[in-house]
Amino acid sequence: MTTTKERETIQWQFKERLSDDELLNCMRCGFCLPSCPTYIESGFQESHSPRGRLAVMKGVVDGFIEPDEDVERSLNMCLGCRACEPVCPSGVNYGHLLEEARDVINQNKKHSLVVRTVRKAVFKGLFPYQNRVQAVTGLLGFYQRFGLQKVAHKSGMMKLFPDSLSTMEKVLPPVPSLKEMKNRPSYLPAKIPVKKRVAFFSGCIMDTMFMRTNDSTMKLLQLAGCDIVIPSNQACCGALHGHSGEKNGAKELAKRNILAFDELDVDYIITNAGGCGAFLMDYDHLLKDEPTWALRGKEFSKKLKDISSVLIELEFDKQMLSLPDQVITYQDSCHLRNVMKTEAEPRLLLTAIQNTEYREMKNADQCCGSAGTYNIVESDMSMKILDSKMKATRATEATTIVTSNPGCLLQMKLGIEREGLSDTLRAVHIADLLLEAAQTSVGEMER
Amino acid sequence: MLSQEIKLKLIQIVGPENFDDTKVGRLVYSYDATPMFQSLPDGVIAPRNTGEVSYIVKLCNERRIPIVPRGSGTNLCAGTCPTEGGLVLLFKHMNAILEIDEENLTVTVQPGVITLDMIHAVESKGLFYPPDPSSMKISTLGGNINENSGGLRGLKYGVTRDYVIGLEIVLANGEIIRTGGKLAKDVAGYDLTRLMVGSEGTLGIITEATLKLIPTPESKMTMLVHYQDIEAAAKSVSTIIANKIIPTTLEFLDQPTLKLVEEYSQIGLPTDVKAVLLIEQDGPIKVVKQDIEKMSRLCVQERAVSVKIATSEEEADGLRTARRTALSALARFKPTIILEDATVPRSEVAKMVIAINEIAEKYQLNICTFGHAGDGNLHPTCLTDVRNHEEIEQVEKAFEEIFMKAIELGGTITGEHGVGTVKAPYLELKLGQAGIAAMKAIKDSLDPNNIMNPGKMFAKDSRKRVVVTT
Repeated sequence: MTTTKERETIQWQFKERLSDDELLNCMRCGFCLPSCPTYIESGFQESHSPRGRLAVMKGVVDGFIEPDEDVERSLNMCLGCRACEPVCPSGVNYGHLLEEARDVINQNKKHSLVVRTVRKAVFKGLFPYQNRVQAVTGLLGFYQRFGLQKVAHKSGMMKLFPDSLSTMEKVLPPVPSLKEMKNRPSYLPAKIPVKKRVAFFSGCIMDTMFMRTNDSTMKLLQLAGCDIVIPSNQACCGALHGHSGEKNGAKELAKRNILAFDELDVDYIITNAGGCGAFLMDYDHLLKDEPTWALRGKEFSKKLKDISSVLIELEFDKQMLSLPDQVITYQDSCHLRNVMKTEAEPRLLLTAIQNTEYREMKNADQCCGSAGTYNIVESDMSMKILDSKMKATRATEATTIVTSNPGCLLQMKLGIEREGLSDTLRAVHIADLLLEAAQTSVGEMER
Repeated sequence: MLSQEIKLKLIQIVGPENFDDTKVGRLVYSYDATPMFQSLPDGVIAPRNTGEVSYIVKLCNERRIPIVPRGSGTNLCAGTCPTEGGLVLLFKHMNAILEIDEENLTVTVQPGVITLDMIHAVESKGLFYPPDPSSMKISTLGGNINENSGGLRGLKYGVTRDYVIGLEIVLANGEIIRTGGKLAKDVAGYDLTRLMVGSEGTLGIITEATLKLIPTPESKMTMLVHYQDIEAAAKSVSTIIANKIIPTTLEFLDQPTLKLVEEYSQIGLPTDVKAVLLIEQDGPIKVVKQDIEKMSRLCVQERAVSVKIATSEEEADGLRTARRTALSALARFKPTIILEDATVPRSEVAKMVIAINEIAEKYQLNICTFGHAGDGNLHPTCLTDVRNHEEIEQVEKAFEEIFMKAIELGGTITGEHGVGTVKAPYLELKLGQAGIAAMKAIKDSLDPNNIMNPGKMFAKDSRKRVVVTT
């Protein structure tokens, strides 16, 4: 519950921080409605649509309604997938408005002691420190390797958690050892004559839990002709903070990253996680209140490129790529598609793999329901969206689902597990699949 | 405000999950796509079948509660803005395609079906439903019927009205009637079907509709014609028709529109010409080719500077999309856009376009014009800012003059958007006092308590347009 005083503060800050121009820019044409997964899955409820949420934000700003629980509910139910942005004729920056609104509500909300403690530990104590992320992931590795996972499964302990969470625990990848995580390269040379010099944004979760995917990504860059710099003083991108209403934490991380990648003299900064990429793209907006930083943020994001788009630019799709006979489908990462505007490149790469057939799934551009922590905090809606997604996947008869973001990858694995399809269907990150394809064709040539 | 007693009765009818009177729940149904209109309903209700609609209407009639039926809220005449409060009625549960009858060439739908979903469903059976309003990706058929929506294919194929052949209607007293049917001919009594189409929810609630379909045309070609002179473009329209060719689509876009659309969609539209015509023809391939060739000759004869025929479906689709997104692209330019749809006989299109430009000049306004030149239906669109009160007053005056001019040329104040709240003050211009009285007589006899979308169609006092009700 929010108190009257809290509501007044929220209302006032909405007025201060939500751009009037942006809000007016929505002309309520409704063209965003068909693109919104929560509008559709909620059975066409306007309050769970982008147009509805913008009206709600404007309603609060205009003092038309109070920021009550229903306002919060409407804003929380949003996946933040931003599929409404490319289809918006007026070009409303919905994502920015949403983030601002959520931040205001969060900063003024009295969380329970438990929630406060957990939030503080996660956002202030964990993610800003990569060694701590490594340590926590290390614990998970310990749990997986020393039979504790089996014990937990057998004892039925996992049944105490919500369905999606206990299945999620099953689909986590085997994590590397702490030693491996601490021993990361800072420079890797190209394997063919150098075409570009790039920096690699390794991310927090990507460089621990998904370390193998990061390794694959860097190997691909080497094979495509890149010298790679991996600055060790880089930090988590701040997306988790930003999307959870911890804007100040996100700004600190943004500045650390801008500094870490400054003066590296590289052509591009490469990411392999759509979620991180989109947040990095928006650094100038995040830091808009500090003009010099905003400018530096803009310079930073100008260099950003997703792995798939740099591979296409370096004509990696013309290299020999092959895999054993299989049907491949691709699930867009919302942020890669809607914010980084990268949609053709992954598909071009996948169709270049010999012996395989690429089949586009229906609504591949629609969010899978992972959306950061959404699948845990809004589990019901997330699972509804996932069910629709799995139906579309099954219709393609694919044996491999490819994604380009860790959250989507886990969500697709979760979908496979929930449907009992783990014998016939696998989910992989595009970097891992492409490396497999490059290595398979090398193997074939040697034979 | 609804009393506790009425609320409970409504919940009894539809179940608690289908009634909402929270502040947020009401706020998100307080508007449609019309700028400057917003008004809170007292509640929002989503019946699951015709029976429930009938119970709701009976109760509302007894207690004099306004009912506003609403599809996806994309209309441009403030037709679904609940200006007098009451209940907003949603059709999200009544959204099934009931039957596609391939022998009678009909489709029967519930009002909540999305237009494009139905179009796709009938296309998969080789059938064709021509009305294609710009919002068809999200508009509902119930909304289309109530507003008598037009679209880009109106010139050759007509509008929604020409495809509705049967309806199920809940009258204001709660009675359920059926009109028309799967019939090519039917003269049994007054044509209530036609009366209901375009009635904007003021006469009854449409709960089911049977629509006419036609076979899908064999082929289609698209071309874009460039002009350095607006009059030449307008003249080409009448020349084509005078030469006995009826193209599917004959759309007009002026230079300011072209520039903004190109900026938005970047599909290589020319921005250095004064106007373009987007022309399409469909039918047997031989005839289509002939017509396209002939039209292209006629256009050049009328001083077109160049003619570009789309060579692939992709290219053609790009051109169509450009036109479809015109309204939206203009919206990027200014926070508020006011789009009108004054319509004239097609022979008068040139005069109307010139008059619009003169009026824009006179009031120092930024007006872009595009529209369905082939059927005389133009969309003068004013780019403005609702916060600039002085300019908004000028906009009012300019549009009033545009309406007068349209009437003077034998036209009408609205070709396809409807009257709603926006045009109500101007209806008399078109109909005259006696005309309004005749329409009112129909309204009064079918809805004596004035509960069906009150405040729409008939103005309380004429010529006052800007009302921001909060």
